[in-house]
Amino acid sequence: MAVALETETLTAAVPGGARRTGARLELAVRILGPLALLALILGGWELLVRVNEIPPYILPGPVAVLQSLVDDWQSLYPSLLVTLRITFLALAVAVIGGVGLAILFSLSRWIEMSLFPLAVILQVTPVVSIAPLILIYVDNITLALLICAWIVAFFPILSNTTLGLASADHNLRDLFELYGASRWQQLVHLRLPSALPYFLGGLRIAGGLSLIGAIVAEFAAGTGGTGSGLAFRILEAGWRLEIPRMFAALLLISMAGILIFLAFTALQHLLLRRWHASATARER
Amino acid sequence: MSPAVAEPVEHRAPAGEGEEAAGAAGPLFALRDIGKTFANGTVALDGLDFTVGRHAFVSLLGPSGCGKSTVLRLIAGLTRPSRGRLVWHRQIARGDIGFVFQEPTLMPWATVFDNVRLPLRLQGRGRQEVREEVERALAMVGLEEFAGAYPRELSGGMKMRASIARALVTRPRLLLMDEPFAALDEITRFKLNNELLDLWARENWTVVFVTHSVYESVYLSQRILVMASRPGRITAEIPIDAPYPRDEAFRLSPAYTEACRRVSAELRRAMGE
Repeated sequence: MAVALETETLTAAVPGGARRTGARLELAVRILGPLALLALILGGWELLVRVNEIPPYILPGPVAVLQSLVDDWQSLYPSLLVTLRITFLALAVAVIGGVGLAILFSLSRWIEMSLFPLAVILQVTPVVSIAPLILIYVDNITLALLICAWIVAFFPILSNTTLGLASADHNLRDLFELYGASRWQQLVHLRLPSALPYFLGGLRIAGGLSLIGAIVAEFAAGTGGTGSGLAFRILEAGWRLEIPRMFAALLLISMAGILIFLAFTALQHLLLRRWHASATARER
Repeated sequence: MSPAVAEPVEHRAPAGEGEEAAGAAGPLFALRDIGKTFANGTVALDGLDFTVGRHAFVSLLGPSGCGKSTVLRLIAGLTRPSRGRLVWHRQIARGDIGFVFQEPTLMPWATVFDNVRLPLRLQGRGRQEVREEVERALAMVGLEEFAGAYPRELSGGMKMRASIARALVTRPRLLLMDEPFAALDEITRFKLNNELLDLWARENWTVVFVTHSVYESVYLSQRILVMASRPGRITAEIPIDAPYPRDEAFRLSPAYTEACRRVSAELRRAMGE
């Protein structure tokens, strides 16, 4: 008797153009909706400032903020780079440390039970309150900032990856055991791929947090000079009552945060789109 | 390539009782007074004693929670008995045992090809080296066109075929199947039942098949071991003497109906009704 191929097709057929039109409309709403709202808020803000003739040192309008961004680009841009450098260094260390520690946890219950509470303590203590201490004990400012940013960024990666490594399918684990897989093979071929979606979720959170950590630490450090980041530019502008510049620096921080988030969202989509339920369209 | 079997399948010796149930080819393994008590004190299995012959098709039939799956895990070496012995009459190496779970249990991040390749990969063999083996296994279950697909792109029946291909890729001597078709619709289940029998006839495996379906066990097996629960034990052993190949005509035959009636009665007795 022949083994006949099942007749199911790979994907359900799309019923005509109706769905495509719907998708296009949804995309338009998703992009245009927030943009329209943003334009409305900015326009209202500008109008409010102009009609009431509010001076820029009290509340600058969006136009004045943009003007300041252009005028002060020479000092803001290097500061942006400084902050981003700390952010990404901290994130890189958080990824290496978080994933490394999570793998260690998955190999040994003892290590997990001993170290996890410490990680939680680090996580729940606000970085604002630890930063001054770190700045006292660590001479190198950059290193101190890095440690602060790392403290906030590493926990979501550690906890998510730990959860992911432990969530490998039990039957698959049995299967690996049946075929005599080594611990290393189990880690590489089963546990790490199982943990990937969890890790990427943690990474997305950690990306934003490492930026926050870097900014908070810069505030606590409050140092000037050539190597100072955006937080110091905000402090500096505040002392000089250059309010538009404060807004301009704030704008840069927000933009950096948004770009980091978008970049990791794109990475997540890229890595998971073929197989994970979170990244694949649901047929309805 | 079509895995169709053109030549007639030889008639297998009907199973007898006890040791003779091992059939003409001799015994493959035997459970000797096996008991299994879990860490929480639950007695999962008690006094299990049976022999499975080479090239036999044996079904374990019983209600949920009677320890059928535990028996398979014991045979696979995934868990150890608390009491008794598992005796192998033939040398068994890694890869000689294939295991099919109730769920397809595929790695969602890997293609069908890579899923099927897994057992060979774990043996440390390279991708190119095993290509033919993997393609052979895929052809056996009719999935050669879908080697590059991801599990989520497959239907339930196709996922199960992939799972079976993975169990076959090492050319096992013993196939352990834990309610593999329970989650499938009836038409797909019948089709896969037939394909399984075809492959079994060609490849000379020994199959231990766990099911809670009377009809499925009668259709497939040479011998049915009926199990009762709390503690898991064998209450009846029923040979199904109908010749192979079996097909849809067998499903409609009086012999089939009679066998189902007998097995149902034993199952009801095992469930204390």
